[in-house]
Amino acid sequence: MMGQEISISQLRRWLLTYAERVIENEGHLTELDTAIGDADHGVNMRRGMGKLQERLQEEMPSDDIGAFLRSVAMTLISGVGGAAGPLYGTFFLRAATSPTNGRSVDLAQLTQMFRYGLDGLQQRGKAKADDKTMIDAIQPAVEAMEAALAAHQSAAVVLAAARQAAHLGMIHTIEIEAKKGRASYLGPHSIGHQDPGATSAYFLFETAAEVLTKTTDSE
Amino acid sequence: MQCLTSNPGSAITHSLRGMALCHPDTIQVHFDPDYVERTAPAPAGKVAVISGSGSGHEPLPTGYVGLGMLDAACPGPIFTSPSPVQLLAAVHSVNRGGGVLFIVKNYAGGVLNTDLTIEIATQEGIEARAVLVNDDVSISDVANRRGLGAATLACKIAGAAAEAGYSLKDVVEVTRRAVDASRSMGVGTNLYTLPRNGSGDGLADDSIELGVGIHGEPGEVRSVRNGMPEIVSLLVQPILDDLPYSADEQVLLLISGMGGTPPLELYLLSEATHDILAAHRIQVGRQLVGNYVTSLGRGGYTITLMRLDDELLDLWDAPVHTPALHW
Repeated sequence: MMGQEISISQLRRWLLTYAERVIENEGHLTELDTAIGDADHGVNMRRGMGKLQERLQEEMPSDDIGAFLRSVAMTLISGVGGAAGPLYGTFFLRAATSPTNGRSVDLAQLTQMFRYGLDGLQQRGKAKADDKTMIDAIQPAVEAMEAALAAHQSAAVVLAAARQAAHLGMIHTIEIEAKKGRASYLGPHSIGHQDPGATSAYFLFETAAEVLTKTTDSE
Repeated sequence: MQCLTSNPGSAITHSLRGMALCHPDTIQVHFDPDYVERTAPAPAGKVAVISGSGSGHEPLPTGYVGLGMLDAACPGPIFTSPSPVQLLAAVHSVNRGGGVLFIVKNYAGGVLNTDLTIEIATQEGIEARAVLVNDDVSISDVANRRGLGAATLACKIAGAAAEAGYSLKDVVEVTRRAVDASRSMGVGTNLYTLPRNGSGDGLADDSIELGVGIHGEPGEVRSVRNGMPEIVSLLVQPILDDLPYSADEQVLLLISGMGGTPPLELYLLSEATHDILAAHRIQVGRQLVGNYVTSLGRGGYTITLMRLDDELLDLWDAPVHTPALHW
C-alpha cells in the first residue's frame, strides 16, 4: 500500500461526493444552525455546493492539484458566503500550497494537505479545539491521519481513522459550550446542540473515506 | 425604513445607483460583485486605498470614494462585511502597481474577509496590507475594541498620504499612527428598528445608552439628569482618560450622528464638548460635525478625538473631493 497515489480525478470525485452529501443534508444543517446560530448554514452550504458541482462538472478545471484546490477555494469563497465561505475557502487555499506530485499526491502528501488546511483555518478563524466549531471535527481527523500514517497504515486505514475521529469530534460538540461564532453569544445555552460547522466539516472526512480509497481511477 | 425593512437587498442596489446618479464625476458603481470606485482613475504607482463595510453606516465607506480619499469602497449587506469576491474585484480594478491598503473596522467578519483577500492578492503578486480601526473606548480590551469615528479619519489620512505619493509602507505607518492617536465613544438615545429583527423597546425619556455599537450592540443604560453637559462628560471623560491627551495639545474633534439625531442636537453636543475640552485646556485644531459614521436611523452619536501632529494636520488639510467630504 505504501506509495499508493491519489490522483486529481479522485480528488475531484471526492469533492463531488462531498457536495452531494452536503446538499442531501441541507435541512439537517439548517435545523442545527437554527438552534444555536442564525439558521443560514444549510442554505449557504447548499448554494456553495451547487456552485462547486457546476465548477467540477465543467472540464477538469486544472491538471495541477495546487491549481485545482485553489479553484475549489475560490468557488467556495464566492459561493458559500457568510463566515463559512471564507473559512472553507481558507482551508482549501492553504491545502493548495502543500507539496504534491503535480497530478497526484501520495498518502503522506494527502495527510500534509489536510494539515496545511487545518493550520490555515486555525490561523484565520482563531478557534481552538473545544470552541465548538468546525475545528472540533477537522483537528482530531488530521491528528488521526498523522498517527496512522506514522504507523505505516494503508490509505484505507488512514482515511477510516480520520472519519472516525471527525465523527467523534462532531458528536463531542454537543457536550461543549461555544466559544467562537454566533453560538458563543448563547454561552451555556449552546450546550446540548451539535455544531453545524463541525457537521459540514465531518462530511469532508466521511466522503474522503468512501471515495479516496477506491484504487480504480476510471477517468 | 419601510423600504429597507421589506427588501433590504434591493434597497442597497437602488441606493447605490441613486448615489452614482448624484455624483457621476466622482464615483461609479459596479454590481455583482458590488463596489464603488473613482470615475477618474488614479495615476500609475499610487497606493490604492480601499475600505469595505457593511451597509447602513453611510457615508462610510462609499461616500468617501474620490480624489484624496478612497480609490474604492465595497458595501456589504446591511451590517454585514463585504465578501472577498467584492474586495478582490475592487483590488483588480483600482490597483495601480503601488500596492493596496485596506481600512478595516475591527469586527470579526471584516477582519476575516480582509485577511483572506490579502492572502489571495499576495498569491497573485499584489502587495496588500490592512490597518485595523479600533477606537471604541467603551471596550476595555484594546484588541477587541470596535471601529467607530476613527474609520472616517483613517480613510482621509490614508487617502491624502497615498495621493501625496507615499509608499505603501509609509501610508500604513501614518494611518496606523492616526488610529493610535484616536479614541471614540458612542451614546444611543433611542432603540431602533433593525431590518432583520424588527423594533426594539424604547428607552425612557431621561435615559441614554452609553457605549453602544453601530450595529445595535447594546450599551449601558444610564439615566441623565443634567442634559447635554452630563452626557458629554460621560462620553468625553473616558476618551480623555484612555489616551492621556495633555493640556495645550491640539486635537481633531469629530462629532458624528448615528442617522436619527437632528443637526440641531449635534450642535448642542458641540457646544458642550467645546466647553469640556476648554476646561481641560485642549485645543480643537480641526473639527467635523454631521453624519459621518451612522447606524441606519438610530438616534445617538459618537464623539472622536484624534491627537494632531504636523503631519496628520497637513494630511487632514490636503484637498479631498468625495460625495461626503470636499475641500
